[in-house]
Amino acid sequence: MMQASAPARPIQSAMAAGPQVRGRRWQVIKRAVTARLAIVGGLVIAITGLMAIAAPLVSPYDPLRQDLANLLAPPSLAHWLGTDNVGRDILARVIWGARVSLIAGSGSVAIAVSAGSVLGLAAGYWRGLVDDVVMRVMDAVLSFPALVLALALGAVLGAGLGSVLIALGVVYAPTFARLMRGQVLSIRTREYVDAARLLGAPDWRILVRHVLPNAAAPIVVQASLSVAFAILAEASLSFLGLGVQPPEPSWGSIINAGRGYLQQAPWMVFGPGAALFVTVLSLNFVGDAVRDALDPRTRV
Amino acid sequence: MGQLILRRVVATVPVLFLVTLGVFLLIHLVPGDPIEAMMGESQDEAAKQALREELGFDKPLIVQYATWGGHLLQGDLGRSVRTRAPVLEDVGRRIRPSLELAVFAMLISLTISIPMGILSATHKNTSIDSLGTSFALFGICMPNFVLALLLIFVFGVRLRWLPIASFVDPFDDPINGIRSLALPAITLGLALAAVITRTLRSSLLETLTEDYVRTARAKGLMESAIIRSHALKNALIPVITVLGLQFGTLIGGAVITEYVFALPGVGRLVVDAVFARDYPLVQGVVLLVALGFIASNLLVDVAYGWLDPRIRYSG
Repeated sequence: MMQASAPARPIQSAMAAGPQVRGRRWQVIKRAVTARLAIVGGLVIAITGLMAIAAPLVSPYDPLRQDLANLLAPPSLAHWLGTDNVGRDILARVIWGARVSLIAGSGSVAIAVSAGSVLGLAAGYWRGLVDDVVMRVMDAVLSFPALVLALALGAVLGAGLGSVLIALGVVYAPTFARLMRGQVLSIRTREYVDAARLLGAPDWRILVRHVLPNAAAPIVVQASLSVAFAILAEASLSFLGLGVQPPEPSWGSIINAGRGYLQQAPWMVFGPGAALFVTVLSLNFVGDAVRDALDPRTRV
Repeated sequence: MGQLILRRVVATVPVLFLVTLGVFLLIHLVPGDPIEAMMGESQDEAAKQALREELGFDKPLIVQYATWGGHLLQGDLGRSVRTRAPVLEDVGRRIRPSLELAVFAMLISLTISIPMGILSATHKNTSIDSLGTSFALFGICMPNFVLALLLIFVFGVRLRWLPIASFVDPFDDPINGIRSLALPAITLGLALAAVITRTLRSSLLETLTEDYVRTARAKGLMESAIIRSHALKNALIPVITVLGLQFGTLIGGAVITEYVFALPGVGRLVVDAVFARDYPLVQGVVLLVALGFIASNLLVDVAYGWLDPRIRYSG
């Protein structure tokens, strides 16, 4: 095989020189663009986050204030994104809705990361019965389509942000448990873990000081990507009526309210829809950049 | 191959047990009395007591689970509190539009994603590739209810080309049936197409760097023949896995799509049952959906072993 491949190399490299140079140049451009997209995405997230925090200050109107003289008003200087069927300012509702989306996205992922990491840590470190029980339960949770499980949990827990956080936390926890377990299985056999064990360190100390910090990178990557999907899932549940209840604004419920006025007032749907799309897209840009930064193998 | 199937089926048994346990406990997670939650508006205490007895809530939890499990094994998934119809009957009535939607969406997604994934990989780092990857990103980030409303607005409200909320069975009236399913299937299909395009692109890119592809090129085979005969077959293996996993996305997407387009499918049935607090119906449908998901994953596992002998023999 070596003999056959050796003479082919110069020919191959000569043939490939042109495309390779072009390919390398493109790689550089692509990385720059990707990084630029991540910067743009980060900026959008930062602005959305600041708007959500400072909603009472930056919102042009009270999101619940009804202006019956301005029903279904199209976008204008007074109402940048128009008004809804009871005269509420859509922009104000989108700004206040950002709070719900960001809290739901980050809160549910925080719950999933915490629960999944603890379970994966225990399963991977202690193996045996703990591993079997934990991972079979995780497999069972993964046997439900995510939205259907969230819907079922939302149904029994009742509508509201708290239920959404718990439901999405449960739905996403197995992904983190599996990731953490995989990491721990490899880390627990490393020499520094053996050394700590020989020195008499208790299990909790080994886990917290040695295993957890070394297993964290893929969890961070997955968490950064999961926030976008959690925001989409919350919006879907709110759209179906299981999230934050009207008149409190959330992007999904604002879009659902606009569904019946698509012909007369499409801005009721597409303003909040654009906010949701841009936020999820930006989070994906940032998530991809975090992944590339922490795991160079995933660069294609 | 038989061993592989047996291993996978055996591995599914504990998961099936836990899934049934989870679905059974679902109703017991309801804060307060589930009977009150379901029949809160009714003043008929006798009816409430009858339902309590029918659901076995007057018995210990373990007895309730054993009875419920026994009924499951006989194909009895319970009865809807609202319609009193058996869950299987309700699902049976609704399954056809859902299956038609799923098949139509899958066809649309494969028609778009296979050529786009191949073109993206074979024209890596060109404007065609950028188009493919941008499409994939758009499909993944676009909420399907927003896409559905956008399609309704453009093709239903403005252009008036397609109906927006009427279901006609394609087997009864093929033209109007396809027209009535077009927008929901595009909504569902585009999201799927995005994921498949992304997977096929990266899988094909990896395959195109393999030694056997280089050998085929050295032999002077045309690039199209290399892709068709050598690379694509191997690159499609991860796509099959993704297709199996996307069954869950398809069902989740169908819930939203059927809700937006008012299609009388299983997804709509779940939403209606949730709002009616018809917990036995929610339990039954969720269990059926989970069983379908497990079966599809099992099929994918087996197909994977069949397509790739390395998996078959390594276990």
